[in-house]
Amino acid sequence: MREFNLQERTLRELNELLQSQSLRFVEGEWKVLNPDGAHAIAVGLDSDLEVLIDGHVGYYCAGMNKLASVNIKGSAGPGVAENMMSGKVIVEGNVSQCAGATGHGGLLVIKGNASSRCGISMKGIDILVHGNIGHMSAFMAQAGNLIVLGDAGDSLGDSLYEAKIFIRGNVKSLGADCIEKEMRQEHIEYLEKFFLSENVKADPKEFRRFGSARKLYNFDIDNSAAY
Amino acid sequence: MCGIVGLFLKDKSLHPKLGHMLSEMLETMTDRGPDSAGIAIYGTEKNKILKISLHTSDSNSFVNLKDEIESRWGNNVSIDTKSTSAILDVNEEFFEPVKSLIDTQFPEINTLSFGSTIEIFKGIGLPADVSRSFSINSMSGSHGIGHTRMATESAVTTLGCHPFSTGEDQCLVHNGSLSNHNTVRNQLIRHGMKFETENDSEVAAAYLSYKMDNGSSLSDAMQSALRDLDGFFTFVVGTREGFGVVRDSIACKPAVLAETEKYVAFGSEYRALVGLPSINLAQVWEPDPGTVYFWEN
Repeated sequence: MREFNLQERTLRELNELLQSQSLRFVEGEWKVLNPDGAHAIAVGLDSDLEVLIDGHVGYYCAGMNKLASVNIKGSAGPGVAENMMSGKVIVEGNVSQCAGATGHGGLLVIKGNASSRCGISMKGIDILVHGNIGHMSAFMAQAGNLIVLGDAGDSLGDSLYEAKIFIRGNVKSLGADCIEKEMRQEHIEYLEKFFLSENVKADPKEFRRFGSARKLYNFDIDNSAAY
Repeated sequence: MCGIVGLFLKDKSLHPKLGHMLSEMLETMTDRGPDSAGIAIYGTEKNKILKISLHTSDSNSFVNLKDEIESRWGNNVSIDTKSTSAILDVNEEFFEPVKSLIDTQFPEINTLSFGSTIEIFKGIGLPADVSRSFSINSMSGSHGIGHTRMATESAVTTLGCHPFSTGEDQCLVHNGSLSNHNTVRNQLIRHGMKFETENDSEVAAAYLSYKMDNGSSLSDAMQSALRDLDGFFTFVVGTREGFGVVRDSIACKPAVLAETEKYVAFGSEYRALVGLPSINLAQVWEPDPGTVYFWEN
């Protein structure tokens, strides 16, 4: 494992080093010391690296991630794992707004709470939140799964497309066109398999599923109040 | 943008370091707003003494003010001048005449705040330069708040800097912008509140002062601000007893809180808190939208 101390070297050097591993591979395991809330740490990675970040991070950590596995030992600011394509990002602490926004694939695991707009416009990413999520989460979410062991805030799944939302706790309110749907056997099996692979101790039967009522796909004058 | 910071010290042994810690926190937020900066420090209360924080762009006027108050009130008023700011320590008996003298005969001097513990310093430029020119580093106190500004709603002037103080020992810093500030300002003017600027954040400060003057607790006043103030905001509010934090219910403007046994700290970003003692052991979280947080002695 190679260590990189952000108190001694620049963030740009770090990101260039990590990004260059796809062209000239030197080291697969990296540890980033003293992140101290800096923005855009470990962004744009596109090779199968293991990156451990030893502390709290600022905005957009692990954005645009492809293939790499990024583990943040602290909390993360807005937009963690934004637009992730594949790979895995784990946050041991809490995250600010827009976690996993527009993510196309891969898995984002948040061990603490996520604030507002978690999974906004997600397009295929899976997001697992061990704690609670804030308001307007999964807004305009198009594909992927948002799985929450705690509670959800206001306007969950507003203007939702085809993403699936699984919530174990309370839901403060649902957004426009988001409805509760039946937990069919296939959904229970999906969660069982997912929890097994992620080593999560939770009973899929305790979860409720939410999805799109599909009434906002096309303009309909009868729905104008909901737009 | 704008960067805001706040620090409330539970551990009295840290009080001598308040200015140092707070100015470091504010400097870290420089890239969120390099136009101008301001800081409010709640220091030690002195028996029967009120502090008046003053600002002027004409430093000669402080010399003239000093002569005038010495000849009128002798030892009952003292003046400590730091660059473009001055702090008056006034025996409370003489507060009204001193205030009246400044308002009527020194129009080039602006009163930034008054109260038994609050001192406010403001200046145009980078937070590091502003802190240095007022020697914030060496100031002690129980709590304080700071702001570094990227101006959006009014001009870059010293008076447009935060914190805004509109009541005794009260002040407010704001990240965001209010959309109904003209309406609220007009309503408050009708109720007798006075404004120094066209700034939206001053309206928020005056709104809270007005509510508290009329019997609300700070917590109640902040709760009603959530209903009456329209726009984006994260407010950090200081009073003699402590400080509070509230965010609008959309919560676009960033906020991070950290708490240990020794202090509660607020920053627009976690970066602002990195230099605080034992921050790695602090509980760090984002304040919930539409929720009032308050700590007091």
